[in-house]
Order: sequence, then structure tokens, then C-alpha cells
Amino acid sequence: MKNQENINVILATDCGSTTTKSILIEKIDGEYRLSHRGEAPTTVEAPFEDVTRGVINAITELEELSERKILDGEKFINTSSDNKNGIDLYISTSSAGGGLQMMVAGVVKNMTGESAQRAALGAGSIVMDIIASNDGRKYHEKVKRIRELRPDMVLLSGGVDGGTKSHVVELSEILAAANPRPRLGNNYKLPIIYAGNKEARKEVNKTLVDKIDLKMVDNIRPTLEVENLQPSRDKIHDLFMDHVMAQAPGYDKLKKWTHCPIMPTPGAVGEIIKRIAKKEQISVVGVDIGGATTDVFSVFEDKFNRTVSANYGMSYSICNVLADAGVENVSRWLSHELEESDLTNRIANKMIRPTTIPQTLDELIVEQAIAREALRLSFDQHKKFAVSLKGVQQERTISDTFDQTMSGETLVNMQDLDMIVGSGGVLSHAPRREQACKILIDSFLPEGITELSVDSIFMMPQLGVLASVHEKAAIEVFNKDCLVRLGTCIAPLGEGEIGQEILDYAIFVEGEKHIGTLKYGEIKVIKAKYIECKANLNLKGNFSIQNKSIFEGTVYGGEVGIVLDGRGRPFNFNMKTENRKSLIDNWRNTINEYPNLEI
Amino acid sequence: MSKSYTPGLKVLEKTTIQKERLLPLKGKVHVDNYQIVDANHIVASTKIPGNIQMINIANELNIDADQIKESMLCTIDESVSKGQVIARSKGLFGFFKSEVRSPLDGVIGNISDVTGQVIISEAPIPIEIDAYVSGKVNSIIDKEGVVINSSGMLIQGIIGIGGEKKGKIKIFNETDTDFSSIEQDDILILKSTLTYDLYQKINDLNIQGIVCGGIDYQTLTKILKKPLGVAITGMEDTTTIIVTEGFGDISMADRTYQLLKNNVSKIASINGATQIRAGVMRPEIFIGSTDKSIVEDSFDEDKLAISIGSKVRIIREPFFGLIGEVIELPKELVTIDTETTSRVAKIKLNDDSYEIIPRANLEVILLD
Repeated sequence: MKNQENINVILATDCGSTTTKSILIEKIDGEYRLSHRGEAPTTVEAPFEDVTRGVINAITELEELSERKILDGEKFINTSSDNKNGIDLYISTSSAGGGLQMMVAGVVKNMTGESAQRAALGAGSIVMDIIASNDGRKYHEKVKRIRELRPDMVLLSGGVDGGTKSHVVELSEILAAANPRPRLGNNYKLPIIYAGNKEARKEVNKTLVDKIDLKMVDNIRPTLEVENLQPSRDKIHDLFMDHVMAQAPGYDKLKKWTHCPIMPTPGAVGEIIKRIAKKEQISVVGVDIGGATTDVFSVFEDKFNRTVSANYGMSYSICNVLADAGVENVSRWLSHELEESDLTNRIANKMIRPTTIPQTLDELIVEQAIAREALRLSFDQHKKFAVSLKGVQQERTISDTFDQTMSGETLVNMQDLDMIVGSGGVLSHAPRREQACKILIDSFLPEGITELSVDSIFMMPQLGVLASVHEKAAIEVFNKDCLVRLGTCIAPLGEGEIGQEILDYAIFVEGEKHIGTLKYGEIKVIKAKYIECKANLNLKGNFSIQNKSIFEGTVYGGEVGIVLDGRGRPFNFNMKTENRKSLIDNWRNTINEYPNLEI
Repeated sequence: MSKSYTPGLKVLEKTTIQKERLLPLKGKVHVDNYQIVDANHIVASTKIPGNIQMINIANELNIDADQIKESMLCTIDESVSKGQVIARSKGLFGFFKSEVRSPLDGVIGNISDVTGQVIISEAPIPIEIDAYVSGKVNSIIDKEGVVINSSGMLIQGIIGIGGEKKGKIKIFNETDTDFSSIEQDDILILKSTLTYDLYQKINDLNIQGIVCGGIDYQTLTKILKKPLGVAITGMEDTTTIIVTEGFGDISMADRTYQLLKNNVSKIASINGATQIRAGVMRPEIFIGSTDKSIVEDSFDEDKLAISIGSKVRIIREPFFGLIGEVIELPKELVTIDTETTSRVAKIKLNDDSYEIIPRANLEVILLD
């Protein structure tokens, strides 16, 4: 890899479960900017079974669009002296082939089990199951489950350092009895990372060493009060590269092409979300909605959390969204008539033909309706998982140690939330930014004052891995070309009657004063660019923002503007809501969500 | 130019296929290279570990875990039978001895002096793999299975449920009211959509499978007794169903139907297993042939790329299910009704009308 100063052209790919995306970053007038983007279907599956075919196709599209020769057959061309051909750096992320699938084990499910889960999720994996000493399952049920799962690797934790050994050794005995087989390939030993009580290493080693590929790292929970996730996450990354990637079709070749290790896509997106929160000193919720899974990231009180809703996505898992949300919850977002069987058949057809796109407006509206539900369900899961550390004693007696179910409050406080960042095809490629904005508001239901933004063309994964090798380039492209500021949502808390006045506002945009009254049930939009706008808000009745009835401060506009959401929090909206269809049409028209076409 | 590939489904009258027949765990292969086998021939077998039980001997005998080995009457890998005493405490001055008996017939898997647990495994469960299709053993994967070469007709469906079955092809019309001619080894071919009402009537006859053009998602939900969340199927305990076109009221493509019709009464191997993600496994109908003239099919990826003249099926509304031919592939991106810009193709439909369709919404129909 060249010195950072000599890197002028960067190629980055993200091999998704459905599509392989490629971007070209060029240094233009001393600044790194996105210049072109290409994509092609991912080819990790039969009949191709070689991820590099999709990568080459996505790069070929870039070559056509940029008129820059990048490949000579299957070899990258180094940047030519006239800078018209070739590249200096190639990086990639991947979630193709099902991504990284892990099983975690811990002694107490809500303590070491959850810490292990956090470590695995933060490293970009899907957690298939948590096996714990107290999970209520009998030994043979645990063994059966482990045998069925076939994970890519296992993270075994349990016990504080110096504490009792027997529980975690017992877990290792269960693992040994199950003798789990890896998902990909029969001919190598399954990697198991041991991150438990260091005093039990000898016994765990004795139990497992002959059957699996055992790795030892520092305890994930050295004491009840401390969670030490990084050593486990680093080891997961190493093993992902050495074991999982090596088994997936074509990855051995791709690994040799890239100038730095391939990163799991969610891990890369998480890096970017953490950087946004750190740089702007804000609390952030990020989401990456893909075809198979939806990842939610959050940073509250400097604590980073990631969850993966492995069964909620827009193509492969779309019918799970339908099943869990229910037809009524999807249909509530539609103002046009659609038979239930027609709706369910359309959604099911997307599942079996995942690469298709909506050709008509009503198809787009259905797809965006189900996206709202996928995001809502995934965010609900995230709120339940992103909690303060369980097991830390707070004026409790030792006898409470194993009764942690009520401890660990969610860190996701919607009134403290400063920004929501959306990524993924359905948000980044929504034909109008207003659609992405409205989807984010409807599904995350921000409370108070919250900025909204989207990944312009779905390139946060590539920038996440780029940040690990060339931070300057990643930050410049992120600020100039990736993060699209949509605006700010102002959503008062409270419930009322349709038409009831809930807020008087005065918002100053570039010297122009916008004054008015927001009524319950309506949405208003004030056009404003991404600039500081002074806002004076006087709330009425039982409505509040940040627990106050008056707000005086600044808000930011964006491509959509400042959205005044008067639909109340909690937001009660279902198929039985009076005048539901006309309410939907009003919201759509106000926000300019869809073209004025007959559906 | 970059290629636009589609998830083309194979509808091939004459082709050569290779079937990997693999054991879930390493075991024994029972055939030789180049051996001719029929579909029911057992080609490999193994034993998968039996269920296990863990007994905390230390607790049962009220001793410390590190004393367990002194109390064990059996060793690791030793067979034990149900009721057999496997551990006995020393007692006090030789009296008050406690015993632990094995709750099952099995083998001692582990004795832990850390946890005091003893693991007993039940007898291994035998697993056999048959050839699934008639053909010739092409290669042997040591201790894991074989690859069978076979020639014949192959039709891939878009989604299916249920596992591998073998049966006789029989055409069935939705208007048929006489079910008396249907036999248990039949695979029924239904050109139209399979309704739940019809499924119930047919299913009572315990046939091998149903191949149909379309199915309603809600019908599938009723058959499975739960909604299908992700398209990973094959383990369902139902009649094997293979859907050739998709969800909704949709008929089987004429060519597919005709091929099946031409093979009435022949024995077919079918498998409803579908896995859209990570491994794209489509349900299939294979009918073996003894025709020596079939040449080995070599996969040509260009056949999956959309090009002028490609025969395609439209796989999304508003023209879902229609079949046509690609007559133009504009290089420029085109703005469609949703305001998205997309790469498109101009399609001449079978009724001689023309439509502009996003290329992502086309599926190449692979013909031989």
C-alpha cells in the first residue's frame, strides 16, 4: 500500500447479500471526493459461487461511467502517471454469504451472556443463539441446539476473574459434547474464543482443545462492574478473516486483492456511526436496512451499541417483517385499496425475487410501507438490547446478583436523541429525499428535536473500512458526499384530539420569519437549507418538548427542511384511525412525498 | 460492458446434471467410481451422535467434584446400560454408600472432575443417503459422499416446500372432479394456481408431490400452518410442492407445462428445498433419460446475461408473469414511474405489444 499522501484514487466495494456496490474516490483539488458509483448482483451463490465475479462486474460499471481503466483482466492497474487510469488503494467490506454467524455462551444470560452478545454484535456478526447456564434449557436441549446451529464461530464467556470456575467449565463440556460443526466446510475445526474467567483457562482448554480450534482472550467481564469487549471483538475480526472468509466462495481471491483486511459490513457501518457521535459530540441512532437484515446502531452517553435484526430485511426476510408486523400494520400506511391477498403476494414475490425494483408508484408505496415496519420492529429490538450494564450492584445486596431481570435500563432515550442516520437501499435510493425523511420519522418516531440524515448512495460501509486505513479521505468524503442532511423533526410529546392546537412556532430562516400554529394530527414543513435557524416554540396544553412548554434555540434545515410533526407521542395510528386515508394523503402532500400520479 | 445477470431458472429438455450426495457427518461410501445406480440406491451412510444426558454425579453422591473419578465404576468410552450402577460413593466406614444408575443405554462421553458431571451419549442414529437420481457415480468424496452424473430433463421452480421425493408424472386439471385415478406414487402437474381447497383434497391421497404454476401466499401459510418468513425450505413435513412461477394467480409457462406433459407416467425425482439466500437452491423436477445423445452441459454464464433476443419473464408488477423477448437495451438510464432512474430493456411481449421494463425485473428463461 502506498503512503497516504500518495494515494489519489481509491476503489472501495461492499459485497452485500444482494448487490455488490463499488465506489471510486478521487483526490480533486487536494480534496477526496466521491466521483463514481457502480453496482452489480452479488455472485456468492451458485452458479457462479465466486464473489469476485460480482466485484469485477461492479468495477466494470465504474470503468464505463468514469472512463478510467481499473482492471487488466483480474489484476488492478496502478495509477498511471497522467492519473487517468488505475487505482492506488482497494478496500472492501462484505456481508455476502450470510455474513458472520455466531453463537455465544455465558454463565448468566443477562450478564456475561449479554456481554458476549454485545462483543459479537459489535464485531459485525449475527448472533444465532445465546447458550447460558440459566437459560432454562436442559443439557440435551442445549446440545441439540448447538448441533443444529452450525455457526461460523463461538464466543464462550462466563465468570469474573478469580470467581467460581465450575459453571463456565460446564458450558465448555456442553460445547465439547455437542461438538458443533462449522457452517462452511467440514474439513476444519470450528473456532471457539474463550473470554471467560481466566482462572478456568486450563480446564476449558483440557475440555475443548482436541475438538475445536480454541483461542483465549482476556475476560469479557473481568469484574461485575467492567465490560472488556475489545479483545474479543479483535479476535472475532481475525478469525472472520482467517476462517469464515477463507471458506466463502471466492473470498480467498478477494482477500489477496484488497490492501487491508476485508471488514464485515456492519462492523464498518458501526465505525462510521461511532465517529459521527464522537466528532459532533452527539447521541446518534443509525440504521442500515438491507435485504436480509437490519442493523441498528446507537451511541448514547458515549456507549456504542449495535443490534442486528437478522430476520428483518427488504428482500430475503421481507416476509418475516410481514409476519411479525402483521398485514394491518403494513396496510395502515397505504391510502390506496389493495386486497390483502394481493398485498401479501406482492411482498412474497419480492422475497423470492429479491433483486427486483418497484416499477410503479403503488409498488414503491407498498415497499416503503413495509420498510417502515421493518425499521420499527428492528428499533424496538434495539431499545430492549441497548441497556446499561447488568450485574453492576447499585445499592443492592449480593443476594440480588442473580436477579438482574429488572436492572439495565435502556440507554435509548428518544428525547436526548440528537440525530438519526439512515442507510440501506430503501432509504438511500428512495427516489425523493422526502420519502427517506418520512420513513425515518414514521418508524423511529423521534421525540422533541431530532436531526435526520441519510447515506447519500449507501456508501457508509466502504467509508467505515476506509477510515481504518485513510481517515482523512473517509472523513472528507463522508462530509461532502455521503451524509445528506435532510433536516430536523420537531415532534412535541403529548396526546390530543385531531385539530387541537398544540404548538405556536416562529422559525427564522435566512432572515425570513415563519410563524404559525401546529394542530394535532398534522405535519408542516418549513423549507430551510442546512443552516442554523432560530426557533421559538410555545407548546400548548399537555404538550412538551424536552419536558418544557417553551423552547428557544436553533434547529437545522436540510434537503427536506424543518418538519413539524403534530401527530403526538405516543403516536397512535392504525387501520381504525378515523379518516386514516385522508390523513395519509395530507401528510404525503405536505411533505411532497410522492408525485401527483393516479395510483 | 458490465453484464446484467438474472436469477434465471432452468427449463431444459435435455441436460446433464451432477448431484452431490453428501453425508451430514463423515461416514462410509457404499459405491464405486463409475458404478451405475438407480435413484433409490443407498450410496453412503453414517451414524450421527445420539442425544446426550448429563448427570451431576458429584451432587448425586454428595461428594466434591474432584473426588468423582474415585467413585466412578465406568470409564470414558465404556458402554453402559439403563439401570446399571455407574458410580458409588465410599460411604462412611464402608456403610451408607450411595449409588448412581445410568438412566439410559449409552456410552460414557466425559467425566469431569471440575464440574462433577458425567455425560452419557445415547446410541448413534444411523443415516443413509440414496442416489436421488439414476445415473453413474462420477466421483467419490472420501468418507463424505459421491457425485452422480445423470442425463435427462430438468425444470427449476421458483419456490417449493417439502423434501426429496420420487414419483410418476401425472397431469391434473383444476376442473377435474374425479380423484379416483390418482395414486400414491403420483406427482401431479397443475398448470394453474394451487388453491387450498384443492390442496386439501389432493393431500388426503398421500401423493408424492404437486407441481403448479402459482400459489397464493395465504394458501402456503395455511398449508404450513405458519407464515413463511424466509425462503429457506425443504424440511417441511408436507407433500412436496413446487411452484414454477411465483405467488398469486399465475399459470405455468407453456413450455414448462409442455415439457412435463411430454413426460407423463415417467418417474421423476423432485425436491421442494429452496434457499434463496446464500446458496441459491431452487426446487427442481428431474426426469432421467437413457438417451445417449445428450451431451454434457457446460455452464455458460453468458446465457444468464440479458442480451438482445433473450427470452425473458417479467417478474414484477404491473406485468408480472408475462413472457417476451428483449429487443432493445438502451445504454442510458431511464426515469420510470417511481422517479427512479434505472437501466431498462424494451420487451416485445407475446401479444406483440411493447413495454419498457427495468432490467432488474426481468428473468432470462434458459432454454436448451
